[in-house]
Amino acid sequence: MHEETVYDALDQAHGGEGHWAFGTGFDDPLAGVDTTVPDGVDPADLGTYCLMLGDDALVLAPRLTRWVTRAPELEEEVALANVALDLLGQARLLLARAGSVGVLGRSRTLAGGTIPDEDALAYFRDPDEFRCAALVVAPNGDFAQTLVRLLAAATWRLALFSRLRDSRDPVLAAIAAKGVNELAYHRDHAGRWVLRLGDGTAESHRRAQAGVDAVWPLLADLFTATDVEARLTAAGVAVDPATVRDEVRAVLDEVLTRATLRLPDWPADVAPSGRLGRHGPELPALLGDLQGLARAHPEATW
Amino acid sequence: MVSVMTSTADPRVVAESVTDPELPMISLADLGVLRDVRIERESTVVVEITPTYTGCPAMGVMRADLVHALHEAGYPDVDVRTVLAPAWSTDWITADGRRKLLEAGIAPPAPAPVRSAGPVPLQLGQTRRTASCPLCGSADTEELSEFSATACKALRRCRSCREPFEHVKEI
Repeated sequence: MHEETVYDALDQAHGGEGHWAFGTGFDDPLAGVDTTVPDGVDPADLGTYCLMLGDDALVLAPRLTRWVTRAPELEEEVALANVALDLLGQARLLLARAGSVGVLGRSRTLAGGTIPDEDALAYFRDPDEFRCAALVVAPNGDFAQTLVRLLAAATWRLALFSRLRDSRDPVLAAIAAKGVNELAYHRDHAGRWVLRLGDGTAESHRRAQAGVDAVWPLLADLFTATDVEARLTAAGVAVDPATVRDEVRAVLDEVLTRATLRLPDWPADVAPSGRLGRHGPELPALLGDLQGLARAHPEATW
Repeated sequence: MVSVMTSTADPRVVAESVTDPELPMISLADLGVLRDVRIERESTVVVEITPTYTGCPAMGVMRADLVHALHEAGYPDVDVRTVLAPAWSTDWITADGRRKLLEAGIAPPAPAPVRSAGPVPLQLGQTRRTASCPLCGSADTEELSEFSATACKALRRCRSCREPFEHVKEI
């Protein structure tokens, strides 16, 4: 439709001054969306909750893309990259929502003025400001364990998002409604892999079972609300994670049973830690990869 | 800033002519991404678009292409706004859009699964989607991958003519 490249058009549409180099930076994902906070909702709580949901996606995405160039099938590299892309899209919206209500922590000061909120939050928060669950932080393990973890994470997130479609925050409700379509696809894709591996060869069964055994303890803190989640649940904005426990267990039970895998004992509920910013050493290592370049060149553009 | 509309072209027609950057045979209107075009405050063209997938990297290009096309058509003030709800569905791809996809060798989507308010049922079957071959018309096709070169497509192969093809997956 016009002679320039799309990159020229993007540059022209944004003043021709180059772009912040490490985010997409082309547009505000919430441009034109009414970001008013509903009555009776604490903006700080809403922003923190959006960071919890956003950080789960932001951290799981680079774990999945580690498989690009090394998955057992080319098609599966494309699949995991696509799942990661969906998750990054969800993270962008949720981090932008947190920024829209002023929840930026130390990142805004560190990031400088020209960087969009969502990028400031992704690249310039320290590990103790991340609110992701241990389930997504854990290293991949082998391919079977990666798919078991994806199954568990997608099942949990889908159960939360399907309820968040009724959130009193219309922005969160809209993000959840879009996410449900994507997450159902992720969960079912991971479920079919677990079925194929569990009910496959002796070796694939052994690895799938080992993956289940490694992932199951990470489910312990998924179903206990933090104070922020409890207050927002009372305000009709958030979902009490305890209410998704039965649905998550039923789905995982069904997949494992059909995959001829042994269902481990469900871990007893424990108090949240990742949701409060307490993480093991794996998160700083992952964030070092994710954030290193942006922090070394905080005002870079291209 | 004083802006002067110098255009007589209908901004809706201009916006509807903008094509998808990754599916250039189809317009944003045919794709169901373009939700509204209107004039506000006498001279500002307000365009509402909705993302297909939340991570779709084409959104920024769509936005830029819309701004560019409307500028070229004589509208200096353009405001492209994102609409997140209701969520985009492949059911919004127009009949014309489906025909253009098919002519370009891409199988159009079947009706999208109905999403009720409750839990989303688990689908572990391998063959829930079907699509006829856009090249030879055979219904005997198989899915190679649930994912393809863009977020919105799956990869299939025709068992009759053996050609691989892409399929816009239903959401």
